Amino acid sequence: MSTLVIKDLHVAIDGKEILKGVNLTINTNEVHAIMGPNGTGKSTLASAIMGHPKYEVTSGSIELDGEDVLEMEVDERAKAGLFLAMQYPSEINGVTNADFLRSAINARREEGDEISLMKFIRELDKTMAFLEMDEDMAQRYLNEGFSGGEKKRNEILQLMMIKPKIAVLDEIDSGLDIDALKVVSKGINEMRGEGFGCLMITHYQRLLNYITPDKVHVMMQGKVVKSGGAELAQRLEAEGYDWIKQELGIEEEAEQDV
Amino acid sequence: MTVEMKLAVTANDVRSFSETNSEPAWFTTLRESAFAQAAELAMPKPDKTNITKWDFTTFPSWTVESDQVNALNELPAEVATLVDGESQHNVYVQRNNTPAFHKVSQELTDKGVIFTDIFTAMREHSDLVQKYFMTEAVKVDEHKLTALHAALVNGGVFVYVPRNVVIEEPLQAVFLHDNAEASLFNHVIVVAEESAAVTYVETYVSTVEEAKGQANIVAEVLVGDNAQVTFGAVDVLAKGFTTYVNRRARVGRDGKMDWALGLMSDSNTVSENITHLVGDNGSADSKTVVVGRGEQKQNFTTEIRHWGKDTAGHILKHGVMKDAAQSIFNGIGMIEKGATRSDAQQESRVLMLSEKARGDANPILLIDEDDVTAGHAASVGRVDESQLYYLMSRGISKQEAERLIIHGFLAPVVTQLPIEGVKKQLTEVIERKVR
Repeated sequence: MSTLVIKDLHVAIDGKEILKGVNLTINTNEVHAIMGPNGTGKSTLASAIMGHPKYEVTSGSIELDGEDVLEMEVDERAKAGLFLAMQYPSEINGVTNADFLRSAINARREEGDEISLMKFIRELDKTMAFLEMDEDMAQRYLNEGFSGGEKKRNEILQLMMIKPKIAVLDEIDSGLDIDALKVVSKGINEMRGEGFGCLMITHYQRLLNYITPDKVHVMMQGKVVKSGGAELAQRLEAEGYDWIKQELGIEEEAEQDV
Repeated sequence: MTVEMKLAVTANDVRSFSETNSEPAWFTTLRESAFAQAAELAMPKPDKTNITKWDFTTFPSWTVESDQVNALNELPAEVATLVDGESQHNVYVQRNNTPAFHKVSQELTDKGVIFTDIFTAMREHSDLVQKYFMTEAVKVDEHKLTALHAALVNGGVFVYVPRNVVIEEPLQAVFLHDNAEASLFNHVIVVAEESAAVTYVETYVSTVEEAKGQANIVAEVLVGDNAQVTFGAVDVLAKGFTTYVNRRARVGRDGKMDWALGLMSDSNTVSENITHLVGDNGSADSKTVVVGRGEQKQNFTTEIRHWGKDTAGHILKHGVMKDAAQSIFNGIGMIEKGATRSDAQQESRVLMLSEKARGDANPILLIDEDDVTAGHAASVGRVDESQLYYLMSRGISKQEAERLIIHGFLAPVVTQLPIEGVKKQLTEVIERKVR
């Protein structure tokens, strides 16, 4: 079992504090969902976990199985078992999807123990078929000219090929039509199990109709303000966030996109 | 003002070389006249690079003798691996100034295709070579370096594809430079007559560390009406050369010209790649990738000039600069009066890998007609941080991520080259140069 422990995490961008003390523990074999209005720091949390250079952790800690994640470079975090499905995946011209994936898989292996080309292709073909992706996506340049839905599917393809211990999915559902959402959810559900934990960040309860979370957290003003089970998401869907604000005495503040 | 040239050869040397080489009289005369003009003409003035202190004229010897071979595997491995073995039926290898290996399929010969070294072509097809030698694309008297080139031609290739002949398999030329004393005054002519099609790929490869001679190279491509030519080149010349390389095409009506140039030389270089779209509805696509390193200074001009109506010209240039390398990328789209509905597009991007490297993308659109479309994009910068972050978030090290991004950045030309061996070599050269 692996565990990601986030303690009292404070994160700033350009000197402005966005996360103001986040506490969260995610184990493998668990799916967590973080919900909350726009601009409350959900994506900042995702970026801070992965180590985006723009996000400065001012205090607090992130540990994966007792190892200090904040000490690690971005690639070391990935190799330790973390994965972030990005909200806006980069497009990289001239690098094929397949070459990129093989580099990512081989980065986790010792020199001389690289995945064989045949085995890689077999696995790639199988996974792409599972995600109902066109075969030519393997030879297309990484995310270049991909539609929004194709990019999200491609993030899940990477997730399934790389098989991390703990994945953070940053708005994997945004901009997806219902068919694509079903496919993406199918991929995530396929990953569920002993060796895999997941933190899904979303605006919408709809995603949770396809992936039933074990735990739901609500984030506001840079903190997790409420946690519960799947029923919490349903109540949010039905009633919105106002009742939480009232319950906790949170003042409205201007929305900002972070 | 005439700059005095200190040349290792005299007018007499030029004449006697030409005679010994059994060249046709017209060419001896052309050489002599060019030699006289070279002394008088001014140097070219590549935009934004001052080359007045560059030495284009001194060299230890005009020609050197090298061994011929009977089989490709007798050549250095650097050459042998460029050729896709037996499946490559049409190959010319020139070793320094000596035609060292040549094979051409019976099928092409039967169709009337000529693919041979420039001097054999002059002897056997004198009229044909005379018709195209520096008459339509590049002129002898453009400047000192073209004249010097014409006077001192010491190698090259002649390709002639008759009307309606379509050659599927690429023709391959390899110019091996394995003698530090050698100078390369190579002249290449590719002629595709009406509705003909050909792909020609040349590679320059130095196996010596440092050159002492000159590389003054001219390639002329004549694309007939409705003809198609793809010209691929990978230049990997050693430092020490002062390289002047001029690759130019003239495209007829409905003709199509594609360039894929991987300019990887370690020498100081002036490279000129100009395509004249003379006939209506012609098109040109010019892709260039460059890696500069060390202290080298380079100037790359790519120009597509629209004369005919409905012509389309696309320029793509991607350069990577490291160490203290300096490069200028001039991209010129020029639409002449009367070339209505023409389209001139260009993209120049320079990636800087070190603080001291300098790269300058200089896009120019010169338009003398109203009803046209044109556009350009230019950027100079470092490796994109968000791309690095994305790749690293999958476990790829920073170094490997940069490598992938750079290879991707230079891929447009690599993917365009039709010969596996050349493709692989270019990839390896890029690997070696950016490391």
